[in-house]
Amino acid sequence: MTATRDAQGRSSESPVLPLHAAPDPQRSAGPREPSVGTDRRRVDAPLKVTGTAPYAYEHPTTNPCHVWPVLSTIARGTIIGVDASRAAAVPGVIRVLTHADAPRLRVKADAGLWILQGPEVHHRGQIIGGVIADTPEAAREAAELLVFTYDEAPSKVELDPDGPDVTTAKVVLMRPGSETKGDPEQGWGEGVHRVDATYEHTAQYHAQMEPHAVIATWHEVSPLDVRATRLTLQDSNQGPLPHRLLLAPLLGLLPHQLDVSSPYVGGAFGGKAFPHPHLVLASLAAKIVSPRPVKLALTRQQMFSVVGHRAASSQHVRLAADAEGRLTMVEHVSTQAASRVKNSVDHSCMSTRMMYATPNRHTEHRVLELDVPPSTWMRAPGDFTGMFALETALDELAHTAGIDPVDLRVRNEPDVDPENGKPWSTRALVACLQRGAERFGWDERQAPGQRRDGEWQIGLGMASAVFPNMHMVTFAAKILFTGGRYVVQLQASDIGTGAHTVLAQIAADALGVDPDLVVTDIGRTGTPMAMVAGGSSGTYEWGNSVVAACEAFRRKHGLHPAEGASATGRSGPPKGSNKYSRNAFGAHFAEVAVSSVTDEVRVRRLLGVYAAGTIINPRTARSQVMGGMIMALSGALLEESYRDPRFGHIANGDLASYHVAAHADVPPIDVEFLPEHDPWFGAKGSKGIGEIGMVGTPAALGNAVFNATGKRLRSLPFTPSALAEA
Amino acid sequence: MPDQHSHPTTLTVNGERHDLVLDPRVSVLDALRDRLGVTSVKKGCDHGQCGACTVIADGRRIVSCLALAVSYDGAEVTTAAGLGSVGALGALQEAFVDRDALQCGYCTPGQVCSAEAMLAEAEAGMPSHVTADVAALDPVRLSPEEVRERMSGNLCRCGAYPNIVDAILDVAGERGLA
Amino acid sequence: MKAFAYARPGSIAEALELAGDGDDTQTAYLAGGTNLVDHLRLGIARPDTLIDLSRLDFGGVEETADGGLRIGANVRNADLAADPALRRRFPFVSEALLAGASGQLRSMASTGGNLLQRTRCVYFQDRSTPCNKREPGSGCSALDGYGTYNALIGASEHCVAVHPSDLCVPLAALDAIVHVTGPGGERAIPFDQFHRLPGDAPERDTTLEASEIITAVEILALPWASRSRYRKVRDRASYAFALVSVAAAVDVADGVVTDVRLALGGVSHKPHRARAAEDALRGQPATPAAFEAAIDAELEAARPGKDNAFKVGQLRRTTVAVLTELTQTEGDRP
Repeated sequence: MTATRDAQGRSSESPVLPLHAAPDPQRSAGPREPSVGTDRRRVDAPLKVTGTAPYAYEHPTTNPCHVWPVLSTIARGTIIGVDASRAAAVPGVIRVLTHADAPRLRVKADAGLWILQGPEVHHRGQIIGGVIADTPEAAREAAELLVFTYDEAPSKVELDPDGPDVTTAKVVLMRPGSETKGDPEQGWGEGVHRVDATYEHTAQYHAQMEPHAVIATWHEVSPLDVRATRLTLQDSNQGPLPHRLLLAPLLGLLPHQLDVSSPYVGGAFGGKAFPHPHLVLASLAAKIVSPRPVKLALTRQQMFSVVGHRAASSQHVRLAADAEGRLTMVEHVSTQAASRVKNSVDHSCMSTRMMYATPNRHTEHRVLELDVPPSTWMRAPGDFTGMFALETALDELAHTAGIDPVDLRVRNEPDVDPENGKPWSTRALVACLQRGAERFGWDERQAPGQRRDGEWQIGLGMASAVFPNMHMVTFAAKILFTGGRYVVQLQASDIGTGAHTVLAQIAADALGVDPDLVVTDIGRTGTPMAMVAGGSSGTYEWGNSVVAACEAFRRKHGLHPAEGASATGRSGPPKGSNKYSRNAFGAHFAEVAVSSVTDEVRVRRLLGVYAAGTIINPRTARSQVMGGMIMALSGALLEESYRDPRFGHIANGDLASYHVAAHADVPPIDVEFLPEHDPWFGAKGSKGIGEIGMVGTPAALGNAVFNATGKRLRSLPFTPSALAEA
Repeated sequence: MPDQHSHPTTLTVNGERHDLVLDPRVSVLDALRDRLGVTSVKKGCDHGQCGACTVIADGRRIVSCLALAVSYDGAEVTTAAGLGSVGALGALQEAFVDRDALQCGYCTPGQVCSAEAMLAEAEAGMPSHVTADVAALDPVRLSPEEVRERMSGNLCRCGAYPNIVDAILDVAGERGLA
Repeated sequence: MKAFAYARPGSIAEALELAGDGDDTQTAYLAGGTNLVDHLRLGIARPDTLIDLSRLDFGGVEETADGGLRIGANVRNADLAADPALRRRFPFVSEALLAGASGQLRSMASTGGNLLQRTRCVYFQDRSTPCNKREPGSGCSALDGYGTYNALIGASEHCVAVHPSDLCVPLAALDAIVHVTGPGGERAIPFDQFHRLPGDAPERDTTLEASEIITAVEILALPWASRSRYRKVRDRASYAFALVSVAAAVDVADGVVTDVRLALGGVSHKPHRARAAEDALRGQPATPAAFEAAIDAELEAARPGKDNAFKVGQLRRTTVAVLTELTQTEGDRP
């Protein structure tokens, strides 16, 4: 239930209150139990199950036109000719846009957004044109008739981790991209047990169920006052902040001239955190047809080149351990594909720096720039990739050393953060491992290849999980009292996480009222600036600001506020928190069955045990980590993209060929949260839970496949083809 | 040859009759979303590869993206909004809310429509890929495995699957199918 | 997506009149739409006129006098899969249907349309890449490209695509008959002659003549096919095309295979009837060793590419497993 859209999707500047519950003043009176820590139904669920929650494309518009993107069909080169004659002749076409005549962009705030400004083609699937028409059918038909001729240049799209052009990233996640502690070669030499292996995955795609879509409206209020111009984007994103920072200057607008709303988001997973170039096309089209609204919805196929992905990577890990399994050396070199257009590096080695104790360590992030589209955040960027490698390597070490994999991890538990020597704010990894082992029945595990059920080989596997704190900056929130309800306002976003539900719980406790008296007004500009829904930080970071705003509100207005009373509060990370290493921890356990006939892998059970601070709403939290585990299962078993080196495109770029998990792939999932309170993330003692389910799960599954079959798979995904060839 | 590129087409959507004149290229999905403003059906892939656009047409679940509206002239179409409203949810919708069987909510209307028709298929005795012996002609008992298989045409990227299965089993139990 | 005219004839005769003797670049027949609408949107099918046959009554599932079945072309996959007579007499046909697509797609897709499904080769579906099937003479991108799903048997240098249908695999095993009607009248096409290998004309999937309409599929009686099995191997547990599939029916007396029908899916440009394996197995003891020798005889024709060699072993093991399961005596069954 957002305050800015009602059930029919009508937009409103003043908050609209929930439809099905009238405020009851009695409910705010008297002492009450805290809402945080208790189950609360997802407040937007009734709208969503009836299909009446409005997503980006669905906002009512008057007389919209449609713009259809045209994508490059070569990987690198120059456009030398455009034939728009047939396209322009399609009935209903308003305008054909190419680099030759598109409006100019102003500030190159993001190279990936710099489209239609010149004839250069930097990757296959780049937006090189667009057709504006009265109907989507006409726009699409004309787009297919727009002919580009190219002078094609040689291109390189494949990751070769040993190639000469690989470079080391200087800075990753605001830390050195490469670091060495002790003497790794000496540590390697001291090892009694050793592992030296390379782990890989192809580019992975978010495949959000809602394709990126937008309605753009350009209002030229007065030619004499360009500052009065406003661009409205009804979008699907993780928060409006990056749009204002990157898109506004690109379009020659000041940040406040860009109005963004995104009340409901049909899946994001990092792929809607930053603006993608289709928004530029829609904005330029809107400028041309101003004040007529322009609708753009990417096709599923277009999403495979326009809106980012998890970059293909190769992870080289060397581990050495003494006779008792204590690590004498850890080395992790990540080599990742990047786009020449915009180089974004996943922090794949960061968890390796802090997970386990060792006197000697080398980690390094390497990059190979290619003629491919820019990658972006994809759920647990870096940690998904790096922990697949590290946690598989540890399983290999455990097997080599004859030590139980759970025990091996316990033996290497560090007292302080091995990267920076800081004490842990809280670290309950060992508790997660031990509780998980007990709950899962880890002692049933047998030697590799021993358990069978008919043709099915059965195996158990496990891996650790971690996700760091990402709270760095101070942001604000506002509380407005209106219509008998408290409205929480900030630029947060509910991308399916339950933010509407849990922010109200946090505010309710801080205000001392029933959560049903709190309404969230998030997902739009015009509210206090906040970080995007990303880095698993929303609930503690936004929650912190919300608590500050609630406290400011009570200080200013007392227990009996007047209609329209409001207060703003600001907050950053808790003072002194940077003295601590702050992370959520967990452990994943998996049981798989591998057919000895077909090499198909089926997951039978999956358990996640987490120490993730205070759980604000156990009900939505369980769903969220379960979702992470399932996306990881999907990435581990199914998701494989094939970038064709001849054409530069993802050859299997649709949902029939790029498989994501279906109902039948997903077994019962078990989740347990250990009791924990960590004061160094935010006011409520909670940590991030959005991504940790993704971390280590692929390794747990691969380790289970090894336990079932004796076959060690070091590349995702674990398909029948991979099993057959292992 | 008939007249070329516009055809009178009648669709009854959630009980309301609409008379349209449509380009034959327009799918049932686009007719609903772009022409009628019925957005309680979602577009996820436009190629029958995700199930987000599932509606019930004349009692059968279909992917409305692959259904040309002109070919469905006269059809009775039900979307999730036709199975209940915010104030009066249908049984499956209530179960989805109870079981937290959704996150982003975009696949949800398709899941709900698909589940409604799937329960009817089960009631009619339709077997599935995981039915042990199709030749036995046994009445359908919906196990979790059966529900997972029968619902596999509805992808959910948030991973609400286990909760969706639980929600459907709740209703299947009430209807004597589980 | 190109604009097209739309017509919904009230009879077969009217449909044929509308189609004239035009080729399929000018007209296309619409039934369930699950493949054709996909292709219209991808720009693979670009007819001037779409002739909607989806409401024509070609009959339901009827039991023929000799104990076979006649299936009207418009019978939907879901209804066919649930048909009691089909399930009793030819359970692997029902299993194949249920292994395909999704509940939604099965409730739309027609029997006739299923036979006319076109390949799911990713290059065929992408107009920006060369493909001889889509654009004769442009080249085959799959030959040296994404090859996991490429054909093993009967491919040519011009095309390595596979037929995607599940239903057609047991129909091939059963020697089904495809009844068609066209400008030249009615004819009955033996299943093995309905689909074709790519050769140097991969643009042609079948031997249908211009404007011909499938009216029915007939399955001849085969009493021992009541013991039959379809097994599909795929990357995703459901809602995915086959890596390989096996349709088998076996007749065993006193431990000896008296007759067998075997067809393979996911391996060829047409549903592949494994006649070499059948010939090798008839008269042999119903043992895993004999099954393995039989499928090996068939797989001598396999010519794997760079990405699909794994399918050879997968087919061998899957075939042996299916035949073993079918020939287990009651006492052996779990």
